[in-house]
Amino acid sequence: MIRLTTNFLAAALMAAGMTVAFAQDDAEQPKPERQSWSFSGLFGVYDQAQLQRGFQVYKEVCSNCHKLSIPFRALEDPNGPGYSVDQVKALAASYQVTNDEPNDKGEIFKRPGTPADDFPPPESFPNDQAAAAALGKAPPDMAELAEARKYERGFPWFIFDALPFDQYQEMGADYIYAILNGYTKSGDPQWNLYYPGHRIAMPQPIVDGAVNYSDGTPPKLDNYARDVAAFLTWASEPTLAERKKIGLRVMIFLIVLATLLYFTKKRVWSGLH
Amino acid sequence: MSGSPTYVPKSALGRWFESRLPIMGLVHSSFVAFPVPRNLNYLWTFGAILAFMLGAQIVTGIILAMHYVPSATLAFASVEHIMRDVNYGWLIRYLHTNGASMFFLAVYIHMFRGIYYGSYKAPREVLWILGVIIYLLMMATAFMGYVLPWGSMSFAGATVITNLFTAIPLVGTGVAHWLWGGYAVGDPTLNRFFSLHYLLPFMIVGVVILHVWALHVAGQNNPDGVEVQNVERDTVAFTPYATIKDLFGVSIFLILYAWFVFYIPTYLLDADNSVPANPLVTPAHIVPEWYLLPFYAILRAIPNKLVGVVALAAAIILLAFLPWLDTSKVKSGKYRPAFRIFFWLFVVCCVGLGYLGSQEVSDTTTWIARILAIGYFGFLVVALPVLGLIERTKPLPASIADAVLAKTKPAEAAAPPASR
Amino acid sequence: MSSAAIEKPNRRDFLYIATAAVGAVGVGGVVWPLIDQMNPDASTLALSSIEVDLAPIAEGQIVTVKWRGGPVFVRHRTKKEIDDAVNTPLAGLRDPQTDQARVKKPEWLIVSGVCTHLGCVPLGHEGQYDGWKCPCHGSVYDTSGRIRQGPAPLNLPVPEYAFLSETRVKIG
Repeated sequence: MIRLTTNFLAAALMAAGMTVAFAQDDAEQPKPERQSWSFSGLFGVYDQAQLQRGFQVYKEVCSNCHKLSIPFRALEDPNGPGYSVDQVKALAASYQVTNDEPNDKGEIFKRPGTPADDFPPPESFPNDQAAAAALGKAPPDMAELAEARKYERGFPWFIFDALPFDQYQEMGADYIYAILNGYTKSGDPQWNLYYPGHRIAMPQPIVDGAVNYSDGTPPKLDNYARDVAAFLTWASEPTLAERKKIGLRVMIFLIVLATLLYFTKKRVWSGLH
Repeated sequence: MSGSPTYVPKSALGRWFESRLPIMGLVHSSFVAFPVPRNLNYLWTFGAILAFMLGAQIVTGIILAMHYVPSATLAFASVEHIMRDVNYGWLIRYLHTNGASMFFLAVYIHMFRGIYYGSYKAPREVLWILGVIIYLLMMATAFMGYVLPWGSMSFAGATVITNLFTAIPLVGTGVAHWLWGGYAVGDPTLNRFFSLHYLLPFMIVGVVILHVWALHVAGQNNPDGVEVQNVERDTVAFTPYATIKDLFGVSIFLILYAWFVFYIPTYLLDADNSVPANPLVTPAHIVPEWYLLPFYAILRAIPNKLVGVVALAAAIILLAFLPWLDTSKVKSGKYRPAFRIFFWLFVVCCVGLGYLGSQEVSDTTTWIARILAIGYFGFLVVALPVLGLIERTKPLPASIADAVLAKTKPAEAAAPPASR
Repeated sequence: MSSAAIEKPNRRDFLYIATAAVGAVGVGGVVWPLIDQMNPDASTLALSSIEVDLAPIAEGQIVTVKWRGGPVFVRHRTKKEIDDAVNTPLAGLRDPQTDQARVKKPEWLIVSGVCTHLGCVPLGHEGQYDGWKCPCHGSVYDTSGRIRQGPAPLNLPVPEYAFLSETRVKIG
């Protein structure tokens, strides 16, 4: 309801002629559409099953080219994917990581990972230069991707995005979802509807059936895109649930405090005439 | 600075101490007995709000410095470490980044209030100039703080702002190399910016003390702009009246601050700053933080590099000369109908320039920015001096007490006089 | 009428006390994160245990490993060193502890490498008991890491550890 009202207001403002230029732009370069996410709004938190599916997509598809500079232990986060300590230990041990310090003989060596280690870079691309040499452009680190791909919404939307009950903070997830669904020109795997200029360096990375989910979720591109966008949002902002929980308490507290101060102020000033 | 002759500590120990260091008397005379005009509105609580924000920024900043690493290779990762691993690190960083914006929001309201009510006029010229110095220090501090996370927008911002100095004829390039400690923004730049970002807030504290001192010499201005004539009738004691009002004002401001920190913490941050700095690539769309946008728009509106930089500097420096640019004898905009129109046009120019500063450059935006920039400077150097000479102002109230009574008269007439 | 006159100041006092109390709660709530941020963070806690390979450590050798930011001595003791440690009468010790209580396998002594006096790192195979001697103030430890001479008050502490296999030990 509130969303409808604000959208109506925004539309009215646009009609006022301030933003004709944007409307024209939108025809050739559409903005990602706003999706519904479990982690949006005042109380929204991550959906654990979705993050686990999203991690599966990352591991089986994205991780071939993209690094993810977060430690394995982060996957134990109960507000995040919530894997068990043993699952994370086994997962970490399945990767070979380079030890920080050389061994007794002075040799740099690799060893099985521990939960304290970061995900190593993709095997084929130990660093950005190697990736750029092979792919033309280094694929971005996915740890901050959802934050780094937030896009400008323009006037007047940016005003409504800040307001209670309609605040919009999930542009990064929407962008990732849109890009994965934006390969709409058959025969051209590097044409993307939502990428600025439409020429994207990443050829279509994932299609229907590429990943087998074990929880019965249909193996469709739409689900892959949604799940991996949610996972990457968590990766870039793992403290979201704690933030909203503390935020609620702080807000209630401040409103009580301000109310008390208001009446105290009135009482103090009532002594004057 | 000496103790108040009227303040006598109750205890013998207090009297012993007071005769050696009269600090309690100073606090008492400045923050307890200090007479405050009784007609102040809530815009006057922004002084307290700003003091609170300065304290909050210093506390959260000192904490962030415990975890941050000022090195081109480690800065970005250390901020990630703060956000992910440090206990409550995310909270402290969000308080600090959003705190900077809240600090500027409050200072802009404080400044516009000062302009609207003519608070810079005699005898408060020095008070106002100290305020402009605080504002300059705040901008320097905020700019250098924005560089520290070493994201791609940090790097671009540092490059663009320091390159302003290359506009200086003859020595410009040398000055830029001196600022950078190299041939481009790099590790030495980051290290010195960190050092200065830590130092400048304490210089702000120093100037704030002078600002408050000057305020307590001249006394506060007020919405009616007439000076206090009778302390008994025109003023109330700072404590409890102004103290409790300020606390209420701060608590309302905190609700806004908390909304940003807990619900839209990255709203004011640039997405490109989540990409690590790369000296070989500049983000597609360079914008400074919102509080610097109007000046950025003025810079971009002028096609000549040197003139653009001079205009940018003038837009800020001219504020220090307001006490002499404004020729009107009447302080408050409440009694200056023509001034009010120009004041609000000036506000529109500032907000409009801010919006244009955030947009990508096109012919249309450049021309609108030029018109608004003319409006900005026109208000300061044409409207203010001329208005004072030709404007017909409304009659001023005889005293602050009269102004308050005039406002409450209809109610007073109906109800019997209050019992106390 | 009179009851109202009495109640009024009470209600006002209550308002003031309630406001002050709520304000105090807020200050308390803000202070905790500011203090807690200095505690060991998640990345530090994740490194709080290490695994050590014992196979390359020869008899008589002391290896120093880094655990929780400080040194831990892993000493492969000789027969003589074990006997010296076991046969020391408890009566003469400043911090009486049997050698058996300080080891899980007699040939492997694992102790913290931080002198209990003021935190220096003692030198191995030094001092009259051929254990350790601290270079800072001359505290002398025996082959069980027990304090024998000098200003240190306590034995070198034994960290929590477990043998994962014959040649692998997990400390922490």
